[in-house]
Parts: sequence; C-alpha cells; structure tokens
Amino acid sequence: MDYSQFLAMKQEIALLAIFLIVFLYDTFMPKKVLTGLSGITTILFAAFTLAGFGLMCGHTESAFAGMYVTSPVIATIKNILNVGVLIVLIQSASWNNSETQSTRRGEFYELLLVTLFGMYLMISARHFLLFVIGLECASLPLAAMVAFDKHKYESHEAAVKYMLTAVFSSAIFMMGLSYVYLLTGSLYFDTIASSVGCLDAQPLLIVALAFVIAGVGFKLSLVPFHLWTADVYQGAPTAVTSYLSVISKGSAAFAFMVILAHCFGSVYSAVWEWMLYGLIILTITVGNLFALRQNNMKRFLAFSSISQAGYIMLGIIGNNAMGMASLMFYILVYIFSNLAAFGVIQAIENKTGKLDMSDYRNLYKSNPHLAFVMMLAMFSLAGIPPFAGFFSKFFIFTGALSGTTSVALYVLVLIALINTIISLYYYLMVVKSMFLSTEDPIIETFRSSCADRIGMWICTAGVIALGLVSYFYNSILTLCQNSGLLNAIV
Amino acid sequence: MEINVLYYLLPSLVMFCCGIYGFLTRKNMIAMLISLELMLNAVDINFTVINRFIYPDGQEGMFFSLFAIAIAAAETAMAIAIIINLYRVNKNVDVRDANKLQG
Repeated sequence: MDYSQFLAMKQEIALLAIFLIVFLYDTFMPKKVLTGLSGITTILFAAFTLAGFGLMCGHTESAFAGMYVTSPVIATIKNILNVGVLIVLIQSASWNNSETQSTRRGEFYELLLVTLFGMYLMISARHFLLFVIGLECASLPLAAMVAFDKHKYESHEAAVKYMLTAVFSSAIFMMGLSYVYLLTGSLYFDTIASSVGCLDAQPLLIVALAFVIAGVGFKLSLVPFHLWTADVYQGAPTAVTSYLSVISKGSAAFAFMVILAHCFGSVYSAVWEWMLYGLIILTITVGNLFALRQNNMKRFLAFSSISQAGYIMLGIIGNNAMGMASLMFYILVYIFSNLAAFGVIQAIENKTGKLDMSDYRNLYKSNPHLAFVMMLAMFSLAGIPPFAGFFSKFFIFTGALSGTTSVALYVLVLIALINTIISLYYYLMVVKSMFLSTEDPIIETFRSSCADRIGMWICTAGVIALGLVSYFYNSILTLCQNSGLLNAIV
Repeated sequence: MEINVLYYLLPSLVMFCCGIYGFLTRKNMIAMLISLELMLNAVDINFTVINRFIYPDGQEGMFFSLFAIAIAAAETAMAIAIIINLYRVNKNVDVRDANKLQG
C-alpha cells in the first residue's frame, strides 16, 4: 500500500492531530490547568484555520483509489466551515469555563472536532461508503453533544429526538443507496454518474433518488423532514444549537450538492429537479409560517434556519457553477449572521438565563451593543442591503436562474422572493421588541465576557465586510468556474 | 425451483416497511429502536444479495454491509445510552411522555 496518499488529506490529518492534543491534554494534565483547555483548543484551531487558507491554491488530489478527493473548491468549503467552528469555539468559551461544565469540558471539544472530521469526509467523499462513514461520524457525536446538559430534562428529550430521527434517516438513505447499487453496480460517484445517464427515469431510479434525498433532507431539515429541528434546537445547549444550525447544515448542503450534481447530474431534469422544486417551496414557506408564531428565541431561529435551508437549496437546483459559488457564499454569510444572533442569545443566556423574545423588550436601553449586533444579524438574515444577507440572497437567485429559460424556475424564485418579504416580518419583530418597546427592559445591563465580545466582533465584521467587499464572492466564483466538478456535467 | 434474486429483495423490502411502520406506530422507545434495527438489517441484506447475485465480480456490496453493520451497532449503542439517560429523569421510555419541548 502506498502510504504517501495520506498526504492528500492534509486538513483531516491536521484536525486529527488537534483532536489528539486536546484529548491527551484533557486526560493527562492536572486539574488546575484544565481551565486553559478552551483557550488552547481555540488557539490551535485558529492556527489550523489560517493554515487551511494556504491550501486553496493547491491542485486536485485523490486518495484511496479515488474514494477521497480534495481540490481548491473543497479546501475552500472546509475553510468556510473552519471559520464557523472557530467562532463557535470562541462563543462557547464562557459556557465551557462555567462551574457546571468543569468535569466535561474536554468532551465537548473532542466531540466537536470529531464531528467536524466526519463532515470533512462527507465533503471529500467520492464513494458512498466513505460518505456514509462521514455522515455517521458527524451525526453520532452530535447526538451526544445535544445531550450535554446532563441535569436538564430538555437536553435529554432533544437528544432522543435527534438520535431516533438521525438513525431513521440514515436507514432510509442507505436503502436508497442499495437501489442505486442495484441499478449501477458501483458505489463510486464517477461510475454511478456514467451509468445512470442511460437509465433515464426508471421507476426504481426515482425511488432510489427519493430515498437518498429524503435521507439527506433529514440532516438539512427540509420540510417535510423537519419535525425534529425545533425541539432539538430548543433543548440542546445553545453552543451546540449554533453548531448544529450552521456547520452541520452547511456541510450537509455542500455534500448534497456534490451527490446530486456529480452522481445524478445526467438525470437532472428527468428525476430530481422537480423533487427539489417541491421541497424548496415547502421548506421556505412552512419554515417561514411557523417562525411567525414563536416566542422562544432558539425555536424561532430553528424555524428561520429551516427556511434558510430552502434558500440554500436554490443554489443546487440551478445545477451550474454559478449556483455552486452562490451556495458556498450563502453558507459563509449564513455562518456569520446566524452565529451573530446565537452569540447574543448565548451571552444573554449565560448572564440571565432568559431565552424568550418577550424578555428582549427594550434591550436597546439596557444593552445597546448587544441589541445592535442582534439587529445586524436579523437584517442580514432577512436580506436588507447593504448587509451580507442581501447579496447572498441576490446571488443565490441569480445562480438558480443563470443559464435557464424554464418558466418553472422563475416561478420558484418569485415564490422565494415573496417569502423573503414574509420573513422580514418576523425578523423585524425581534428588532421591534428590542428597540421600539416602551416598557422597562427585563434584562439588566451587564458586561458580557471577553470571549463573547470577540466572537460578536468577528461576526459583525463578517456581516458588514461580506456585504461591502466583493472580493470574497468573486474569488469563490473564479474558483468554482475553474474547477471541473460541475463543468464535466453541465 | 430456481431461487431468483427477487426472493431475497422482496422480503428485505417487506422487512424495511415493517421497520418504518413500527417506528411510526410504536410508543416505546426500545421498540422504536428495534424497528430501526429492522430497517438497517434490510439494507444489509439488500447489499449482500445484490452483490452476490447481480454483480458477483466485485466486493463492494459485501464491504458496504460489513461497514453498515458496524455503524448500526454504534448507532444502537448511542441511542440506548441516550434513552437510559432519559429514563433516569423521566422514569419511563414512552415517547408520549417526551413532549415537554413545545413552542
């Protein structure tokens, strides 16, 4: 066996090295210095994130007989996820340094790094065996992370719901895979892609693809597979919820795009375009309508993230390089804006334990900075210019429509646009209760911890910079147009 | 009588559907877990049979089922651990009682 092929997996190996360091530190160091664990992990991970940017100009490499592939685009999406994880690490520092977390601080970091490793595998996999291993490696530790608040009933209930739906969805996914295997005789993405073209729209292929889409749809919480989302988001510790809503979703969305465009690109209009079409309309609309009546902030963001997932899917349905670039940009923007919102929620929860939207009334009076960051996040999520969210929505609509003349897609984008206006209502409800309420504020003035503030600064800078500087989107677009990933199919 | 590949694929499909039915109707979490196990085993049967009867040249299906068995074991272990945790606070494993999270 040629061991040098492991060198292709630079990011995975570096991540495993960080995992080992954290694990050994947590196991063998004396109790007194264990409070430094959060700082050490964050610094190590920050160095890793910075080093990762060097890989973006590399070239395509593959390992394990083509099961694993890495390319500049894949390195870029991994870097985007890294940035998100770094912010999550910074924001969770004060929660992790609290008294209740003292005995299991290390486990949080270890589990988090392992799930990230699984997501890397999902993104890089070009064989369904590796993909399934990555998927499980990402979702099993996440279930343990959801159950992290050992003394809270809600955490356990959320974990049970997450675990049962995760296993159910992976069973459905693998059943779909077995039918794909029946039709094509291989599990390599390339071989499937070449033999699926001559199958056309066979009933068995439609069933297989429906199973595959349903399986991944559970992870992405697309409607009608979204029922676990709100409960899990509400019950899980806030740090885990923020991780679940941005990183897990972002990686699943990219992997989903690779599967659909790479393996099944040749049956795009025959089989999966209309499936995705229905899913997107349902996801955006139902997510929006349920978000309207939420009071708990985490539940509210859960439904908002469901409808955002629908928008992310718009980047896939276009099936072109521009859609791919806009999907990556959308994930990047979504990471910054959603984590800004979660940063504020977490800061307030750590100090006061308040989580309801009605508790946020007149937050502007008592904590103007927090209210400002929250407002920025809401504006960005709703898509108000000049913040990043507007441009990510704009590009994703353009990506869905570029190179197509189909009226159906125009109707889809119109529906998505109308839904943007509906979503404006509930995002602005938060802003209204923070700024325009006349009653006295419930939350007293406090100073959030240093790490929380750094996290919020990064998110604020990201939301503004991604909106104003066109460099980010342009470089992602150039990368995508140069890569052979979609060009081979389109 | 010759044993056709359909004689394997249909029972596994029935098994899979029983699993889905059980998952959706059972109220006891352990019973739900057993239903999930049925579904995962149906997948294993499918992969093995397809490899053995339709594509006997390669080994991909066999290896996939080997890995799927290991993954299913890990999933079950994880789910049992979480259910036991819930049992400690709730004193039963009925899904109808796990309904405190509501908006």
